[in-house]
Amino acid sequence: MGFQFRFEPVLAAWPELLEGAWLTIQLSLAAMAIGLVVAVLCALAKTSGPKPVRVVVDFYIEIVRNTPFLVQIFFIYFGLPALGLRLSPGNAALLALVFNVGAYAAEIIRSGIEAVPRGQIEAGIALGLKPLSIFRHIVLKPALRATFPALTSQFTLLMLSTSVLSAISADELTSMANNIQSRTFSSFEVYLVVTVIYFAIYMLFSAMFALINRRAFSYPSK
Amino acid sequence: MIRPFGINEAFFIISAIQWTVLLSLTAFAGGALGGFAIALMRTSPIPALRRIASGFIQVFQGTPLLMQLFLVFFGASAMGWKLNPWVAAAIGLTLHASAFLGEIWRGSIETVPRGQWEAAHALGLRYREKIRDVILPQAIKLSLAPTVGFLVQLIKGTSLAAIIGFTELTRAGQIVNNATFQPFLVFGLVGALYFALCWPLSMLSAHLERRLTRASR
Repeated sequence: MGFQFRFEPVLAAWPELLEGAWLTIQLSLAAMAIGLVVAVLCALAKTSGPKPVRVVVDFYIEIVRNTPFLVQIFFIYFGLPALGLRLSPGNAALLALVFNVGAYAAEIIRSGIEAVPRGQIEAGIALGLKPLSIFRHIVLKPALRATFPALTSQFTLLMLSTSVLSAISADELTSMANNIQSRTFSSFEVYLVVTVIYFAIYMLFSAMFALINRRAFSYPSK
Repeated sequence: MIRPFGINEAFFIISAIQWTVLLSLTAFAGGALGGFAIALMRTSPIPALRRIASGFIQVFQGTPLLMQLFLVFFGASAMGWKLNPWVAAAIGLTLHASAFLGEIWRGSIETVPRGQWEAAHALGLRYREKIRDVILPQAIKLSLAPTVGFLVQLIKGTSLAAIIGFTELTRAGQIVNNATFQPFLVFGLVGALYFALCWPLSMLSAHLERRLTRASR
């Protein structure tokens, strides 16, 4: 046998891995929360905004959906300082994630909003509800409920794509793995352990989404 | 030494598209073969095959693509094989595409009404004939839009090959940026080139989907 696995130096670095995993979770959750707000605003603008706003939002969504996340990261981290906006790796990472997930989630939520029957909104108006309550209770909540599976699978992809942030050394899990591998040379072992950690975070997020779905959207639908 | 960003630099980036396209097509072709096998296993009447296929899909959908590429690249060298980044990226992306296409096509196969299987069975068709003559012609129509959509994902995914050192479009951009320090221009151009590749495919996918929803009404 020409090879031998050495997991000891990797396991010895567990505090670093834990710190990286925690930052990956924090970055993902923050990007989901802010990205959801961006997405709802964009979806609202696309379904009922004035024409110029719709054009701008469309342009943003198409740009994000048709270019790689890695190029978006490079553009934000290396390109924006040329315009005078200098960001730390962590801030650039969060901005890139929000910029990315906002566009994908906007398209998903838009399809949900468009599926709300016109009559429901008219019923809301007839009941004398304020426009904001109509949007919140009659449009947004059913839209989020209908698109929840698509939305959460997008959020799962977001969590997994945080590993690309290691390209700008954002100190999340993959960056930590890169540090450990350049110190210990146990490349395969480090990345295998880290892949298992990502899978565990994936399971954790799946469980969290299932819980939110049960708690928030389990009212009867028909 | 900082070089200005000139016609040679732009040409270097533009000509790197061929590697992005070649890598995408290789992974898509390999992924189509693998994905077809996974989809058949996932919908097979044999429980063990179904479990293996669903485990494969779950592992690839639950871990980052970058880690999948790293594990192929470093795994091979841990075993003593020296894979060049191109081969490692092609293998990694092929496995990745197999899992995702397998899941997409499983969905399409399962959307074909149960009665079609039963009718084919009642006609005494063998498994092969059932799949080839009854199920696939219907499933393929359903799967076109999401398959083209996944091709866009795959093209964007090839950019991660840059991180393991394969010189495709993104890596070409990094190389030029390191020499010229014109990140805004360089990554703007790189982004525009990806957009030129992906946007027509996204439009096609949306068009196919609209045609399908119209047809089903």
